[in-house]
Amino acid sequence: MLRLEPRREPSRAMQVLTPVFAVVLTILAGLVLFAILGKDPFRAIWLIFFEPLTQTYALAELTVKATPLILIGAGLAMGFRAGVWNIGAEGQFVAGALAGGSVALALHETAGLWIMPLMCIAGMLGGMAWAAIPAFLRTRFNANEILTSLMLVYVAILLLSALVHGPLRDPEGLNFPESRLFSESMILPILIEGTRAHVGFILALLAIAVAWLFMERHLLGFQIKVQGQAPLAARFAGYSEKRIVWMCLLTSGALAGLAGTTEAAGPVGQLVPALPIGYGFTAIIVAFLGRLHPFGILLGGLLMALTYIGGEAAQIAMSLPSATTRVFQGMLLFFLLAMDVLVGSRVRWIPRTVHG
Amino acid sequence: MRYQSFTRLTVAALAAAAFVAAPAAVQAKKMKVGFVYVGPIGDHGWSYQHHQGLLAVKKAFGDKVETTHVENVPEGPDAERVTRQLAQQGHDIIFTTSFGFMNPTIKVAKQFPKVKFEHCSGFKRAKNVATYNIRYYEGRYVNGVIAGRMTKSNTVGYIASFPIPEVVRGINAAYLGAKSVNPKVKFKIVWVSTWFDPGKEADAAKALADQGADVIFQHTDSPAAMKLAEQRGISAIGQASNMKAFGPKAQLAAAVNDWGPYYVARVKAAMDGTWKSTDTWGGIGAGMLTIASVHSRIPADVRKQAEKVRADIAGGKFHPFTGPLNKQDGKPFLKAGEKAGDGLLAGMNFYVQGIEGSLPK
Repeated sequence: MLRLEPRREPSRAMQVLTPVFAVVLTILAGLVLFAILGKDPFRAIWLIFFEPLTQTYALAELTVKATPLILIGAGLAMGFRAGVWNIGAEGQFVAGALAGGSVALALHETAGLWIMPLMCIAGMLGGMAWAAIPAFLRTRFNANEILTSLMLVYVAILLLSALVHGPLRDPEGLNFPESRLFSESMILPILIEGTRAHVGFILALLAIAVAWLFMERHLLGFQIKVQGQAPLAARFAGYSEKRIVWMCLLTSGALAGLAGTTEAAGPVGQLVPALPIGYGFTAIIVAFLGRLHPFGILLGGLLMALTYIGGEAAQIAMSLPSATTRVFQGMLLFFLLAMDVLVGSRVRWIPRTVHG
Repeated sequence: MRYQSFTRLTVAALAAAAFVAAPAAVQAKKMKVGFVYVGPIGDHGWSYQHHQGLLAVKKAFGDKVETTHVENVPEGPDAERVTRQLAQQGHDIIFTTSFGFMNPTIKVAKQFPKVKFEHCSGFKRAKNVATYNIRYYEGRYVNGVIAGRMTKSNTVGYIASFPIPEVVRGINAAYLGAKSVNPKVKFKIVWVSTWFDPGKEADAAKALADQGADVIFQHTDSPAAMKLAEQRGISAIGQASNMKAFGPKAQLAAAVNDWGPYYVARVKAAMDGTWKSTDTWGGIGAGMLTIASVHSRIPADVRKQAEKVRADIAGGKFHPFTGPLNKQDGKPFLKAGEKAGDGLLAGMNFYVQGIEGSLPK
């Protein structure tokens, strides 16, 4: 019979392999699902998971969709490792977009290479400011940051809506709730001519590299891990919990804010009330899909983006309902969590013994 | 209004031509028609009605057309990608059916000058981008008359989505309709900041019912408010689609968006090579908006009165926004006998006099 035996140490190989297993199982379950729906299962899987990888434009779109997921995921993972649960990245994303976007709108008649970096810095500060609220409440009053950060998401979304209905509204826009379009200097440069792949993706790659250096090569990264895995040990070692909470929330806020700015100054090109479409929440899945490791998050973000883009392609080509995408994302997380058992335990085949 | 009768004529004529000419026309290549929806087809409101329009196109042209639709597309960068994909895959005409798809549509249209685009409810046009919308306020005025006569508490509830001109115009029209037959009527308005969220919509309906509203209007897309009205034994007005199934007793009447004739006419024009970038704003008269399922429990004289208002609006004899009319703050909006032009209507961002509360800012 099959038996699970606990491992002495988590298996490194399994940590890398289980996400792969999860993807394979998702594809297999998808095949069954499509067969039951009466659609050609192999064509559907091809359209969702593989066809986007064969076209330049779709690959470029993959980076567009993955950029905010990777940026936010990289920041969140740091906090998650320390046991700081920032669930409100969506709000920090909006605050960042507002701050960066306001700079663009205030300077809309000026031009210059200095504007874009200024917008990015403003965006990061905006996200940090929004994340500072739960950090303060947690360190000062011991308020649960899961609740406070989540509640602030709705505040941020309403703030964005109020501002684009009021002071930031396009004066030539017939009262419709949208800002004016950003001018040339406020739009992120495009990487590949004819596509929408923008410089934000480079920033995301940079964030991944810095996050890796920080977490794996810096004392603070080590402190974060100790804080998460053994809070008591961290206290004995004299690490300040408050400092770690502040650092994690501010960093994840800054990255989410940057993501908001690159989204507004990238593919959107203006401030609109519909800017937040859940990247901050999807990035939580991405962070866990990537095992809270920067490189894993890079791959996880790209994979999650693939399910969106592939899901649209499948809708267009095969008239599959849009819920397909959600089902795939759900299955992916489900199988990943289920496979987690293999990291801490091994499966053994034990022959039945006859007891005498 | 001249503009309106022109629209009515063209839509009617094109639709008629389509039905007559379609069987005769021989097309070597199928016309590919794409639709982008903001909600799920199953919202039983906005996107559902656009999908009915797609089905009308299919029915009218049979195997001469190939239709594609993508549902639940968020407004923003995703809309641009989806629209571009449709264009890239050889769709000849693409309908993007939400306001937030405006800039994405314009961007894609620049890259695909040969593809025809139709954007619903926006104001930006290009050589290959036409715009179209329905004069929902006409239906709201008619239903306002019904609501004004039917309310016993003199309190009408209104679930509003976002304070954009279209929604504000709807509130004003419904209020003016109700007020014209019931000087005591009061409107209670709840802003829910969403187009589609059955939970929030039901909560809003509950709050309105608790405050004494016995007729509920909505400018959101799900039938949740209708269901709640049915449970609470009060009345409601169906929005976008006929919601009778969700409130067999509750629904007094529904204003139903009928995109079919327009879609058929535009696809036909694309087939014939007569398609041009136009700006269509059709109402009851153009057949794009119908007042459906006026409930049999409504007294005959009320039904008659509402029908007369409907017919007068359809025939261009009456305009819901006719002066003398003041803004909420008492400043004059329209002089006696003056009718609001389309420009004034398009940018309406104030309540008319008599409505309480302020627009969310």
